Amino acid sequence: MNTATLDAASLLFLLGATGAYAMSFVSFALDLARRSADATTADASARASRVLASSSAAGATAQRRAGVATLERGGDDGTTGRARSPISLRVGLALAVLGFALHLVATILRGIAAARVPWANMYEFSMTGTLVIMGVFLGVLLVRDLKFLGTFVTGLVIILLGIATVGFRVDVVPLPPALQSYWLVIHVFVAILATAFFALGFALSVVQLLQHRREVAVADGLDPRGGGLSFLRSLPGSEQLENLAYRLNIIGFILWTFTLMAGAIWAERAWGRYWGWDTKEVWTFIIWVIYAGYIHARATRGWRGSRSAWLAIIGFSAVLFNFGVVNVFFKGLHAYSGL
Amino acid sequence: MSRLSDPREAATRRASARSGDPRRPDDYVDSATPPPSGPDDSITQPRLGPIGWLRWFWRQLTSMRTALFLLLLLAVAAIPGSLVPQRTSDPNGVVQYKVDNPDLFPVLDRLQVFDTYSSIWFSSIYLLLFVSLIGCVLPRTRHHLQALRSAPPRTPARLARMAGFTTRTLDGRPADDATVARAVESARAMLRKGGYRVVTFADSVSAERGYLRETGNLVFHSALVGILVTVGIGGGFGYSGQRVIVEGQSFVNTLSAYDSFNPGRFVDENRLAQYRVKLDELSVTYEEQNQNAIGQPTDYTASVTTDGGAAGAASETAVKVNEPLRIAGTDIYLLGNGYAPTITVRDPAGEVVFTDSVPFLPQDPNLTSLGVIKVPDGLAQQVGMIGFFYPTQETSEHEEGDFSSFPDLRNPVLSLNVYVGDLGLDQGVPRSVYELNTDDLTQLSGRNTDTPGIRLAPGETQELPDGLGTVSLDDVPRFASFDIHHDPTQGWVLFFAVCVLAGLLTSLFIPRRRVWMKAVRDADGGLTLEYAGLARGDDPTLESAVKDFADRHRTALAEAGSASAPISERI
Ligand code: HEM
Repeated sequence: MNTATLDAASLLFLLGATGAYAMSFVSFALDLARRSADATTADASARASRVLASSSAAGATAQRRAGVATLERGGDDGTTGRARSPISLRVGLALAVLGFALHLVATILRGIAAARVPWANMYEFSMTGTLVIMGVFLGVLLVRDLKFLGTFVTGLVIILLGIATVGFRVDVVPLPPALQSYWLVIHVFVAILATAFFALGFALSVVQLLQHRREVAVADGLDPRGGGLSFLRSLPGSEQLENLAYRLNIIGFILWTFTLMAGAIWAERAWGRYWGWDTKEVWTFIIWVIYAGYIHARATRGWRGSRSAWLAIIGFSAVLFNFGVVNVFFKGLHAYSGL
Repeated sequence: MSRLSDPREAATRRASARSGDPRRPDDYVDSATPPPSGPDDSITQPRLGPIGWLRWFWRQLTSMRTALFLLLLLAVAAIPGSLVPQRTSDPNGVVQYKVDNPDLFPVLDRLQVFDTYSSIWFSSIYLLLFVSLIGCVLPRTRHHLQALRSAPPRTPARLARMAGFTTRTLDGRPADDATVARAVESARAMLRKGGYRVVTFADSVSAERGYLRETGNLVFHSALVGILVTVGIGGGFGYSGQRVIVEGQSFVNTLSAYDSFNPGRFVDENRLAQYRVKLDELSVTYEEQNQNAIGQPTDYTASVTTDGGAAGAASETAVKVNEPLRIAGTDIYLLGNGYAPTITVRDPAGEVVFTDSVPFLPQDPNLTSLGVIKVPDGLAQQVGMIGFFYPTQETSEHEEGDFSSFPDLRNPVLSLNVYVGDLGLDQGVPRSVYELNTDDLTQLSGRNTDTPGIRLAPGETQELPDGLGTVSLDDVPRFASFDIHHDPTQGWVLFFAVCVLAGLLTSLFIPRRRVWMKAVRDADGGLTLEYAGLARGDDPTLESAVKDFADRHRTALAEAGSASAPISERI
């Protein structure tokens, strides 16, 4: 098979993956709707079960190895027992896994077609990037039940894949000499990995803010049922969400630190200086500083909670900006978008 | 644990107050003292003198809130430099910006936006940040060194309020001193084995681990200072320069050999490392198969012979993109390439008055190149020529003129427009070899004149207009442009960067925690073992660790008990 055929096959698989993700998205969205419905109808019983859950907190601790059980909400199938997962959630997850498998094949085919790593231009970077976001999400699910983020993750991946196939798609071309380096493999892949962790951290921070707003409303007695987004009631509390977001974001931050340093080492090899305030370097630095700020905020009195969550959100926005806008519209040495 | 009312946080602060915590800033989340809000609201104090104000100011500067503010400010301040071209990385862009925005340019230039990263405002922010950082790290380091040498603090009176509090009972064992001692001893041994630093009391054990977390944090912050200082000072000891070398020519590392040279403040320009580099050949591979990328370069290899440096003897190596040549403490990078047509000019008598390989600057991906030939002496008048070189010349029916359709030499053609007049070389004003100022010159041939321009293929010779002489294109070698860098502090920057990363990993992933075991005699004569922990910073697995310890301790005690306990006890 020649390059063009393989690439065409890759595109087909990618479209298939996008289709599976789209159906997965619908299923996850239905699940959120179900949570809302459950939350409103089973109001009284939920309250009762929460009382139960908190009284048996010590028992719950025993069952969860790494969980902070006292912070966990009982009484809902989405966050506790895996066995009782409702059908919408299971279908959503199965479709996401199917999409991931197709996506993986698409990416590998593209790599074979190009005879190199499939992340040398923006189309490929988006393809691999979304694959890794999905992969990290599915991987984290093995450790933590974050299925409630399914709508967000599949939604984000669909949008990015759409932009990539419509806006960034380019045919396979050989690598320019400047990219022929093992640092392309290391530096770019770690950047992608960091982005995936930041994406999940971002999603958790958004949910955290919503959850916090609801908790405040409940505490103030404004709305006994806690606002419009009633599915939030089935999700972990804002503090637990914050801790989860923090953990994902610091992994992202470490990977980003490594990206920055690997980039500097590569720049030294390729351009003869390790740091030159090239636009892309500037934005990598800005993102790094924002997340350093986020980590500090978590350790600063008065900033933990919602304020630091906003910093995580700004940080991820900067990541998206760096990828979507800086690559395409800013002038600099990193002119490898392939567009 | 975000709200101050959280009992666990309150407990944390009590415990910290007792033990003397790593000296964090006042507004650190877990810090013992509440943040003082200002000098004017300290009612109990007399009015502050200058020293008091200084102290207050210093405390503000080294607070977490200030560090956070400065960090965010730094992020914002870095943005303009990415929106506007910078003199350091894109000088031509700055010139173009001035042409495009004549009104805005002077304003922005006054604000140093074109030199964002060396501007007064950007520098102030990061210098303040680093002063704050040093002010924060120094006391913490001193404190941490003390903490490393001191024992864990006393067991708190009531463990029930601590994290992961859990109890185990020892059934059927009298709560005598011996049993308590055994429980304490076994807890001590187990915690020690788990890497804890342990102190024992009559009926309890207090243990702490994870000092490395604070060490990592301090290493991280100090290494940041290290990077800043190294970069700041190191710049003065390095130099960088550019040089264009045509195939067959050599470069000797002396100041005069450079086309451009930027020395650091402390560099002795007359004592550069001595070596010679000869460019034997620059071979370039272009894509010819892939229809989407015809003509795209896929490889540049500069074969060079080096002479001098550490090895001494001449040796042949290659320089490639991404593979610089390291020689005598300098690095040589292959950053550009093009054609340097070898041109010979003869007077009417056939005497050679000029012969040289003249680098032509590439104008497009197919290497249509522009160059200038200046012949000041030997002919009836001074002659200047502006030439276009087409490696693969073609003519289009739609557009006027020639173009190049492929970057390799498939159909090389050189076209020249000839000018005569004063070239301005004699006034001692430096002139770029790539530019010809035609304002004071008379054009004799080429576009806009009656005489057609000169066109040459390799090996051809043509008459110059007005019987000035002849010009021939002998050959078309390539040139390579090299960047030559010397940066003796680069290794140190790398070292500190590795420290940053290592410090980060340790400080974010090693949990620092305290764990306690306490034996409490019940009213009915039984013995209850209490366990609890305290997180020092983010510690997701603390509770499970306490529980795990409690289980293992209980099991160990039970096993030891069944082995040694007299049978009568069971009755
Ligand atoms: C160049 C500026 C700075 C950067 C890039 C930076 C970055 C970071 C990062 C990434 C962390 C988390 C990793 C770790 O715990 O080691 C951290 C933690 C910390 N930083 Fe900084 N920092 C800077 C300046 C400062 C300053 C000026 C202070 C003092 C006011 C400070 C105090 C702290 C403290 C107390 C922590 C521990 C936070 C915790 O326990 O979660 N930092 N910093």
